[in-house]
Amino acid sequence: MKQLNPYLTGGITPDWTDYLLAYQEAGADAVEIGLPFSDPMMDGATIQQASDQALRRGVTIDSILADLVAVRAHVRIPLIAMTYANLVFRDGPETFCRRLAGAGISGLIVPDVPVDEAGRLEAAATAAGIDLILLAAPVTAPDRLAEIGRRSRGFVYAVSVMDTTGERDALAATAAPLARRLREVTELPVLIGFGISTPGQAAAAARAGDGVVIASALMRRVLEGASPDDLRAEVAGFRAALDQVDQEMPVARAHPEVSGYRR
Amino acid sequence: MGSPTEAGRFGEFGGRYVPESLVPACAALEAAFRQAWADPAFHQQLSRLRTEYAGRPTALTPALNLSADLGVTLLLKREDLAHTGSHKINNVLGQALLAQRMGKTRLIAETGAGQHGVATATAAALFGMRATVYMGERDIERQRLNVFRMELLGAEVIPVTSGSRTLKDATNEAMRAWVAAVDDAHFCLGSVGGPHPYPWLVRELQRVIGEEARAQTPTVPDVVVACVGGGSNAAGTFAGFVDTDARLIGVEAAGGAAMTNGSPGVVHGYRSMVLQDADGQVLEAESIAAGLDYPGIGPEHAHLGTTGRAEYRTVDDAEVLAAVVRLARSEGIICALESAHAVAWVLRAAGTPDLPTGSTVLLTLSGRGDKDMAALAGEIR
Repeated sequence: MKQLNPYLTGGITPDWTDYLLAYQEAGADAVEIGLPFSDPMMDGATIQQASDQALRRGVTIDSILADLVAVRAHVRIPLIAMTYANLVFRDGPETFCRRLAGAGISGLIVPDVPVDEAGRLEAAATAAGIDLILLAAPVTAPDRLAEIGRRSRGFVYAVSVMDTTGERDALAATAAPLARRLREVTELPVLIGFGISTPGQAAAAARAGDGVVIASALMRRVLEGASPDDLRAEVAGFRAALDQVDQEMPVARAHPEVSGYRR
Repeated sequence: MGSPTEAGRFGEFGGRYVPESLVPACAALEAAFRQAWADPAFHQQLSRLRTEYAGRPTALTPALNLSADLGVTLLLKREDLAHTGSHKINNVLGQALLAQRMGKTRLIAETGAGQHGVATATAAALFGMRATVYMGERDIERQRLNVFRMELLGAEVIPVTSGSRTLKDATNEAMRAWVAAVDDAHFCLGSVGGPHPYPWLVRELQRVIGEEARAQTPTVPDVVVACVGGGSNAAGTFAGFVDTDARLIGVEAAGGAAMTNGSPGVVHGYRSMVLQDADGQVLEAESIAAGLDYPGIGPEHAHLGTTGRAEYRTVDDAEVLAAVVRLARSEGIICALESAHAVAWVLRAAGTPDLPTGSTVLLTLSGRGDKDMAALAGEIR
């Protein structure tokens, strides 16, 4: 089954966890929760605005985690935190990972911690039972790609394009080759993210990898004031596109021991 | 000041906290720098540009009137006399040469006060490269003259409207642009921050300030002082004196004092001292000097500060304005608001235990004040 991981900026609206539950109802396999950072250098305009809006509301790591704990009984799918190094290292990665785990989060993505700087965080995440998901880029050399594939946990995040996050007219030409190269070096699922903007693009990406991350296309709608119901329909559209791909490709790739983020 | 560790660390600070997309570019720059720095031909080219183009060596001017008034011997290292009006040209000429060796055709830069942007635009014109300079909207308003200079030189100046609309956000935006243009563009970073190898590379290119000053001073001064935002003129100056008994003093803007008021954090690709809240959200700095209006500081400064080899002080905007006027009227030198921070500390400290009467002080005057005339006109009669 192709995996669908939609993204949601934590605390973007007072009722933000309603979006999380809507994503779940629409068939998300896991949800990536953005812990907003003041200086998100890998993010384009949409996620920057979403982060700013949340921070202007006065949200903190604690308030976002408390909101998640409050809906915990209703959440059946894995939650993955996505944030930047400074928040992770502020009180030490050990403390940070324990806080995440305490709120029921089981994965972590930190785009400005490349594999070379990941050592201490990797150990802290493992100790707290958190999967540290590493990113690979189109420019990543083969030896680094193998190392990323070996050290990543849960899945490998394939950054589809040499750019920041943000909607694009078409799936980048670099997406499929990167996914193929990754699948040669790892047994983990390969999820493609950055710039995947429409169900059609998601289907194209899913044919090359094991699933997709959708962020800016959804957060733009939330910023425009769309309701949780609107977003449920939006995510359902992506789900249907991926399910269609599954029907084209009935023999799924087997990932026996790493099924944590799969349906 | 020697090389950082292989991982780009000065003690616990530095490193390379960048997205995977930028790791190969940082590694390629490091390799190119190591190769160039070991190549006599590169040093010949750089040395020739420094003398024939940038006007080096810059003068060492004894500030005779102020010295007499203050009871200290104050020597000014005149980076304000370098081409484009500040020390920023030292770094940019070296990076443009490196970019050329790497086959890059375009320079991307961030700028605060606009001095680094002007230097980048200048080097791009000279080397026949395109230049794109990211500058906060607020800095564009207060340093309009430099925006015009950049555009006259053929650079594209892109206003940054996010966050604080100053150097912090201009740096974010320049790094984002670099991700999308990494094949043909070199990120010409202006200070001793950023991911490895920038803090080391920029300090080595600014080392010329300290080495010249050391050769120009008959004896080692008691105190060496420079202003610090990211800290490139201070790093270059300190590099000439770190192996002596001279006290090294970096002067921060009171509203942007990462070393004095910050705590360890990771921003813009490096770990250093950062102004931040309890969660790690980076705070907005607030200084009259756009070049020091920055919530971080180069990682080597954080190392020099925590090990005690260098000391960091702060001065406030009012002291800075008074220092601009005092230096102008006593020596006939109008310095940049940034550089005036170092002057302001000397004015305050002279005759106190921090700078006893009879001391010899070397002060790097990092730039000239022409760019600040519009801002100063409202503040000073």
